[in-house]
Parts: sequence; C-alpha cells; structure tokens
Amino acid sequence: MIPLSWYLFLSLTLFTIGVLGVLIRRNAIVIFMCIELMLNSVNLALVGFSSYIGNELGQMLVFFVMVVAAAEVAVGLAIVIAIFRNRLTVNIDEINLLKW
Amino acid sequence: MSLQALVFLVLSFIAIVSAILMITRANPVKSAIFLIINFLSLSIIYLTLNAQFIAIIQVLVYAGAIMVLFVFVIMLLNLQDEKKLSDKLDLRKVVALLFVLLVFGRIALGLGKSVSERFLKQAENSVEIGKVEFIGEKLFTNYILPFEITSLILIVAIVGSIVLAKRKFE
Repeated sequence: MIPLSWYLFLSLTLFTIGVLGVLIRRNAIVIFMCIELMLNSVNLALVGFSSYIGNELGQMLVFFVMVVAAAEVAVGLAIVIAIFRNRLTVNIDEINLLKW
Repeated sequence: MSLQALVFLVLSFIAIVSAILMITRANPVKSAIFLIINFLSLSIIYLTLNAQFIAIIQVLVYAGAIMVLFVFVIMLLNLQDEKKLSDKLDLRKVVALLFVLLVFGRIALGLGKSVSERFLKQAENSVEIGKVEFIGEKLFTNYILPFEITSLILIVAIVGSIVLAKRKFE
C-alpha cells in the first residue's frame, strides 16, 4: 500500500506546473487551462485525504468544485469571445484597457 | 516494488509529463489535447484511491464537457501560434520559474515533515464511501442544500455566458 504523501506530492507538482503556466503563458485560453490544472490538483489532494481518513466529505467537496469549475469555464470563455470580438486578440499583454 | 506503487508511478509520470507539455506547446489545440491526457490519467489515479464516482465524473465533466468547450472556442477564434517560449526567455519568465521553485520547495518541506509518518494505508471503509450509491444517498440527504445551490450557480452561469457572448444588446 502506498502512503498518502505520494499523492500529496503529485498534487503539489501539478499545482506548481499550473502556477508556472499562468505566469509564463500570454494566451488567455491556455491560462484558463492552467487554472483547470490547478483545480484538478487540489481535487486530487481532497480525494486522497477522503480515502485515507475514511470520511466522505472530501469527495463531496470535489463534486462541488467540479460544478463551480464548469460554470467558471463557461463564463470565462464567453468573456474571452467578447474580448476577441472587440480587440481581435487573446494575448493578455495587449488587453490593457483597465490598466493604469 | 509492489504493483500498486508501479501503477501509481507510471500514472503520475504520464500526468506530470503531459502537464509540462501542456504549458510549453505554442499551439493551443496541442495544449488542450495534452490537458485531456492529464485528466484521463488523473481519473485512473482516482480509481486507485477507490473513488469510483469521482473518476467517472472526471471523465464525463472534465475530459468530456469542459474540454469540448475549450476546443470549440479555440476553433471559433482561429488563433495563430504563440511565439516560441525559448525565443524570448526574458527576465519575467526566469523570475517566475525561480518563484515557483521556491514555493514548491517550501511546501514540499512542510509536507515531508507533516505527513511522512501518518496515513500509511487507506481507511477500511474507503471502498464503501467511494461508491455511487453512498455518494448519491449523502448528496440527497446531508448535503441537499449545497446541491440545490449548485443548480442556481449553473443557471446564473448559463444566462451570464449567453449575455456576454451575444453580439448586441437590445
């Protein structure tokens, strides 16, 4: 039987890769994908704890995280489409109307 | 090395490599495909944790619905490739890499101290609590209020995305 710490280290590695992707990529859609990757790594940690402690609360929380992630992606991609229609780009360096 | 450890190592290798390929590809369609591979390997890892319901939902919702939405939007926007990452390895990317490595090292240190001696094997009832039957029963009794609130979240998201993506307000 493998210990819980292996799952937690995998979760940590995936989360770190997601943060790195958000920081280095300039394409808004790829940044959304990196956010999904981070949500998934947290889900992995939650399911791991749920299974090793023997409590169902973690898996319930994962279910609700997935619902919120689906809603977030739908709204976020609609925003990306609206921005692309106005600026003809999804490069976040060029979307600077609200910067001061 | 036991079979379980071997399966876990192979799956986590696939997950990490596909995640790294995902953030380094210039073409967003390739990124989406590597993200799907990552989701599928994570779903099998959920099965090794005895979480059957979560594994099925992972494939249906993430690899199915959400990634179809991503690929559809990429197709709709007709994007060109981003510039190669190595072409402009500027200061910002180096600082980002160093920052991320620092965060990784610090959390890994804390994790190694706190859980290395505990949680060595899964709980006896872990098969029981992962079943669709058990989760469904809990969802409609103990967690009925959050479950109903999710319907509200979904309807708000549907209306919001239609309004945002509409061409013109009337």
